[in-house]
Amino acid sequence: MAKKTEKKLTAWDIVQIARHAERPNITDYIRLMCDDFVELHGDRLFGDDRALIGGFATIGGRKVMLIGHRKGRGVEENIEANFGMANPEGYRKAMRLMRLAEKYSLPVVSFVDTPGAYPGSEAEARGQAEAIAHNLEFMATLKTPIVVVVTGEGGSGGALGIAVGDRILMLQNAVYSVISPEGCASILWRDGSKAPQAAEALKITAESLKKLGIIDAIVPEPTGGAHIDPAATAAAVKKAVLANLDALCAVPLKTLVAQRYEKFSAMGQA
Amino acid sequence: MSWFEKPAEAPARVPTEAIWAVCPSCKVYVAREAWDAADKVCPRCNYHARLSCRERVALLTDAGSFKELNADVSFNDPLSFEDSSGAYADKAKATVAKTGVGESILTGTATIEQIAVVLGVMDFRFLGGSLGSGTGERIRLAAEKAIALKRPLIIASASGGARMHEGIVSLMQMAKTCAAIARVKEAGLPYISILTDPTTGGVSASYAMVGDLNIAEPKALIGFAGRRVIEQTIKQKLPDDFQTAEYTLAHGFVDHIVPRKELKAFLAKVLRYAGY
Repeated sequence: MAKKTEKKLTAWDIVQIARHAERPNITDYIRLMCDDFVELHGDRLFGDDRALIGGFATIGGRKVMLIGHRKGRGVEENIEANFGMANPEGYRKAMRLMRLAEKYSLPVVSFVDTPGAYPGSEAEARGQAEAIAHNLEFMATLKTPIVVVVTGEGGSGGALGIAVGDRILMLQNAVYSVISPEGCASILWRDGSKAPQAAEALKITAESLKKLGIIDAIVPEPTGGAHIDPAATAAAVKKAVLANLDALCAVPLKTLVAQRYEKFSAMGQA
Repeated sequence: MSWFEKPAEAPARVPTEAIWAVCPSCKVYVAREAWDAADKVCPRCNYHARLSCRERVALLTDAGSFKELNADVSFNDPLSFEDSSGAYADKAKATVAKTGVGESILTGTATIEQIAVVLGVMDFRFLGGSLGSGTGERIRLAAEKAIALKRPLIIASASGGARMHEGIVSLMQMAKTCAAIARVKEAGLPYISILTDPTTGGVSASYAMVGDLNIAEPKALIGFAGRRVIEQTIKQKLPDDFQTAEYTLAHGFVDHIVPRKELKAFLAKVLRYAGY
């Protein structure tokens, strides 16, 4: 796959890169691009979700509130991180931290990398739908800048639950979709093995989403994918985040929130 | 012609469905007339069968008060989507022709016991009530109308979730509708969500769950992930009452379960508490 030139990568190839076991995760980005990180735990209601983490961070001298899905590396860490699939308490923790960010006038930087919100019976009992829904409503009116970076898998509502923002950036080989290609193939093609076709039809790559006007910018990756050179990838992400924070922090908050509303209102208008 | 062959012309017969309705839940046969008189609520098991958007508008509003808004906002096909069974645009056009509604939600102004409201009612017949970009746009415009007219907003949901055929654009309607509802609330106006069978996936995870009041019909399926997906994930069978309206109420996400016959009066009553 890595031997194919970038131009020849299919949507399904890119799905494999986005899910690569060695792809940089939030822990890597914190280590590679933050001068400081103070993790803040818990939603104050139920527990501390290890699949969605957050805290104060300093990026290039700039203080922010960083939140993001957490995938692990290796089996043990991935079990602890629930493979990046958050429960309601993860989304509620994210909301709590964003409220703090608003109070302390810190911009929010949100890293998206999840197969989806966790589909478990306990997650339903604790209100997975309500937790995501309230984040969408809350983020729409949050009075501080929000920069979103889709770094790996942008899995449906579980991704969107922390992905309403003023700027949506996406790594070159990340994907963002309403449903997994496998899920779509098994429903619409009635055959899970048609996932490559579904991946193509769903237009889930950064390039397609840029054309559709869903994302604002593509952050380039090293040839072969982010896992080939995590440090270079993190440097590119840092540069893009800082440039966008500079631009957004210059906008009056009232205008910023109004523009955010207009941005999402325009999506899907004929 | 051998004796065992069927005659070429079958005798004329009245279609069964004109005489009998079958409860989709307990499968009991109910006389069509009685079924319709009971607003499609099963007399045996109390299942509240799905209503079309026009049927529900008639149920909830004062006769003749409903005026549709934005009928010209219809489905979009932003991905030019095609799967093994054909093009999405063709399916959507056929659905518009079959149902007589341009999207999976019908929106308009109406009165409920003389209280002026803006109302949206979803229709499960329209591609499973899925949330398409036209649906999201109609909801946004309804929310803005509610703000302009200073009226409460009421949305009755019936949906399997996001519309896969519109891909990411469908997903973004969750954000867009919630942003519009946030504005209704900021304007100090009531937003009441009615969850009917089914309200799941991306619709439960957006505008359906953020009502000032969330009201459900008895036995409605309400949840985020599908039962089969959860069973595969946790490798256990789920109890029968999982993700019912009653389960959702017991877990604290619904204010009240209201039988269909009482829904209109209930809405009017709570709107009066809200100062209308």
